[in-house]
Amino acid sequence: MNTAQSPKAQRQPSNKSVLLEFLGSMNLAISILVVLAIASIIGTVLQQNQPYNDYIIKFGPFWHEFFSSIGLYDVYSAIWFLVLLGFLVLSTSVCIYRNTPAMLRDMRQFRLHAKAKSLKSMKHTSVWQVESEQVTTTDFIQKAKLYLGQFGFQLRDEVFDNHHTLVAKKGSVNRIGYILTHVGIVVICVGGLIDGNLSLKMKEWAGDIKIETRDIIAKEVPAISRLKPDDSLSFRGSITLPEGSSSNFVFLNVRDGYLIQELPFAIKLKDFRVEHYESGQPKSFESDLVIHDDERDKFETTISVNYPLIYRGYAIYQASFGDGGTQMNLAVRPFFTKSLDNGQVQRTELKAEVNKKTTINTSEGKYILEFDDFKKFNIFPNKDKTINKKYTNYGASIIFKARDESGQAREFVNYMSPVKLEGRYFYLSGMRETLGDDFKYLHIPMDANATMDRFFRFHAILNDDARLLQMAQTAVGAAVSDMDRNNRQMQQQVAEAMVRLVGLFRRGGYVAIDGDIQEKVPQEKQQAIAEAYMGVLQTALENMYLLVLREEGIDVSKGISDADSVFFEDAVSALAGLGFYGTPFYLQLVDFEHREASGLQIARAPGKNIVYFGCLLLIIGIFMMFYIAQQRFWLMVVKAEGDSKMELIFAGSTNRNEFGFNKRYSKFAGQLKTLLLGDTK
Amino acid sequence: MSENILPKEFQTQGWLKKLTWFDWVFAVALLAGSVYAYSRYASYMDEYEVGILFGTALSLIGMGWGWKPSRLLVVVVSGLSLLAISIYNPAMQALAETGVTGQAAIDVLNYDKEQSKFFLRFLISSQSATMWMSALFFMATIAYFVELFSRSDFAGKVATAMVWSAVTMGLVGLLVRWYESYLIGADVGYIPVSNLYEVFILFAVITAMIYLYYEVRYETRAMGGFVLLIISAAVIFLLWYHFEKGASEIKPLVPALQSYWMKIHVPTNFVGYGGFALASMVGIVFLIKERALRHNSAGIMATRLPAADILDDVMYKSIALGFAFFTIATVLGAMWAAEAWGGYWSWDPKETWALIVWLNYAAWLHMRFTKGWRGAAMAWWAIIGLFITTFAFLGVNMFLSGLHSYGGL
Repeated sequence: MNTAQSPKAQRQPSNKSVLLEFLGSMNLAISILVVLAIASIIGTVLQQNQPYNDYIIKFGPFWHEFFSSIGLYDVYSAIWFLVLLGFLVLSTSVCIYRNTPAMLRDMRQFRLHAKAKSLKSMKHTSVWQVESEQVTTTDFIQKAKLYLGQFGFQLRDEVFDNHHTLVAKKGSVNRIGYILTHVGIVVICVGGLIDGNLSLKMKEWAGDIKIETRDIIAKEVPAISRLKPDDSLSFRGSITLPEGSSSNFVFLNVRDGYLIQELPFAIKLKDFRVEHYESGQPKSFESDLVIHDDERDKFETTISVNYPLIYRGYAIYQASFGDGGTQMNLAVRPFFTKSLDNGQVQRTELKAEVNKKTTINTSEGKYILEFDDFKKFNIFPNKDKTINKKYTNYGASIIFKARDESGQAREFVNYMSPVKLEGRYFYLSGMRETLGDDFKYLHIPMDANATMDRFFRFHAILNDDARLLQMAQTAVGAAVSDMDRNNRQMQQQVAEAMVRLVGLFRRGGYVAIDGDIQEKVPQEKQQAIAEAYMGVLQTALENMYLLVLREEGIDVSKGISDADSVFFEDAVSALAGLGFYGTPFYLQLVDFEHREASGLQIARAPGKNIVYFGCLLLIIGIFMMFYIAQQRFWLMVVKAEGDSKMELIFAGSTNRNEFGFNKRYSKFAGQLKTLLLGDTK
Repeated sequence: MSENILPKEFQTQGWLKKLTWFDWVFAVALLAGSVYAYSRYASYMDEYEVGILFGTALSLIGMGWGWKPSRLLVVVVSGLSLLAISIYNPAMQALAETGVTGQAAIDVLNYDKEQSKFFLRFLISSQSATMWMSALFFMATIAYFVELFSRSDFAGKVATAMVWSAVTMGLVGLLVRWYESYLIGADVGYIPVSNLYEVFILFAVITAMIYLYYEVRYETRAMGGFVLLIISAAVIFLLWYHFEKGASEIKPLVPALQSYWMKIHVPTNFVGYGGFALASMVGIVFLIKERALRHNSAGIMATRLPAADILDDVMYKSIALGFAFFTIATVLGAMWAAEAWGGYWSWDPKETWALIVWLNYAAWLHMRFTKGWRGAAMAWWAIIGLFITTFAFLGVNMFLSGLHSYGGL
């Protein structure tokens, strides 16, 4: 930033001037810029302000400690970064301090005293000789004044001993441009510093405040981790408000902990709304807020994305949203169990709330259910060709993790309403074992009463070994020939084999039966046995299904309806997959009371207008510097005493746009020459 | 004093007097158009958008007066866009009566063998216009190189005409797309500078316009082929993005992008990117020229390419232009962030990379101004600058997470 054209001081420089020289030097400024740029790159590549656990997993404890200590997790508020910024401001300021006087002088000066020699040595210069007794030097100067004046130049002329000089000057604000840009940078940095968290850091060093790292409720956070409204000039915090709740503080995230920033008013969330496009994408997020300000007033307002509320210097933004604790009525429907003695299918009611955990007991031990989210709508591209719609709504869903006693968790997404696929309705439940995977779906077919009851009755009866055996015996009895009828032992064996096959199927699907064959049957017979087994299994399943239908009061003597037959196939497909579902139960969403939460960000940035002012200076300055060139033209008419010969020197200089200036100089020189000297030489 | 009046041939006129009747008709037409738009649509606009409407008209007048060829561009682009609208309007209404609306109706008018409208299908629907733009840019690139190697003046004129046509079609494509987005749904409509597909069109158009300005000003077409290379690269990406990813589909905006800031932040930014891209390509020409002068000073590259000081000047001017607009865009971005994200500066990766780009070119300009650096080093630096800029433009969205994630692939 060393644009001074002043000659180097000849005398021995003082310490002060050496220091200023160093601070204001271009090399220092560029070096700081480079380091800042590299640090900034690190800050973008290494994700900032993540939970510290994530970093430990990523880098290991040693590097984590190291990175943390040099502030790489929050580069932009690391002390060394701020010091560098400070040096940049200092360097720029020194540069302004040193160069401004020279610049202002240069703006004002016309350089009338330029010597003929120096004019002749300029890049743009012409020398014309003229011999005349009639015209005086002043005649030339007057004409040139008229000519150059019409281009908007400032003109100044002076008569010297043996020459008369005219200077035309324009575009001196170019120099102001330099000053404005550099002052702009300093102003921006100062504004930014005011809005930065330097004062917070100082208080932390002084021990006045302490970062809270425990996961405790806000009320229990000790005073040392709380900031009063007047404690902070600027801050940026966030709070999640469930509908109907209110808060008079926000959380400030600091490194691996947080502070509580109190507000001079309370914000209550009355209602939060998400509007959707037809495609299910969110169209708008809006929060109806009530501001309770004891000192002033109480009012209602609505904020949305891009339209924050600014109140008493605090800006309140719609930042995010989530579930505010939706109340859900659930039914736990166990797998792999038979019906109760009264014939009822087992089912336990469960009340739960989103963002909370519940423990349930199952046949396979305790499960912790972590309810992560609730969605009121699920809009997907329509796959059902029978409906002429681009999108379809799958309705409400819950997302939860089921964690078994060993700590293993699987994630589930269960839809409340049945979804139409290929003309039939299914209850969908997606499961995945790791977060990155796609969900694998269990399709439970819907019965004629629009419930999943028949499916669960079918499932329960298949898990009732006594009834299975009974069915098997009847079936075997009907199938075997009279000759074998006597062989009760063999009958029993076949029936037991049938029961065993169903048992394998209900826990492990076709895979389990396949595995059984691989294990016990010689290779050459496997194919035949597999076919036989499938036949037996199919018979068993069909018979059990007929039992279910009969219990429903359906007359099956003349065969079953197409719908019931399709249901059977869908149910068997679903049953075959149960063993891989991962939990010994299905969680049905019965009913819910939706409660949303709005994520607000609240900020106070008194430096904002200072920064904007700096930006304005910067932009105006840039345009002045780039697009207004400082131009000077000299016309010097030299006439020696008593000599009829005159010498005209026309020279020009500029500090920008040499190329455009070239054209202009040529035009001026050509026209002036003709104007002043006439067509004659 | 009569003797003090200059002979007429030496008098110069003020810029106002230099304006022709066409300049005035142009200005009046633009203002009238804005007033008409205001009288019809004022109820849908907030005060900022009204400001943007009239500000745009004034900017276009300023551009037209300062750069005469752009007047015809504005006239032709407006004419074609209005033609598209005048075809769309009745046809959409007719289709609506048969129950076909929105995207489906647009598809019918654009592609259906029987019911499509000729002009929309083959020329000025958003898709067709964009395809024309792409084809014209490719052909112009070839034509410029033909001109360079064969010294055919005709090829050069054809190339220039094709770039003008490509710019026209690109702008028509964007404007008609703007209208189409409202045809899909009144709540969907948005200015088409909102996703990567759209800004690539914008990038190609703006870079080409800046180039055309310098082509006329420096009276040389020899840089054209090289500059068009980067535009062609952008067009190749655009076509890949369209055919492989279906990116040209108009999708509604996420709430964060629904703001009048979009209308000024993004176009301003792309003047910046366009300037930087142009500078880097001119930097390449500079290096080729220099090398040619050293190795084969009688060859085509040494004799046909513009003089080094012209290249240096174009490079400086486009970086200066890019820097000025990039500064404005970054400030506008900060002001938008202050309304949408809760702070004017969040050290979000996109913001940070914008700062890095800014610092890079600030350093480039300082070196030129204060240390007088010129030549190969500055050309190399301008080329490296393009990589930094490209990363800020694309890389951040692809590789880093952050608030600008909606610009991703």
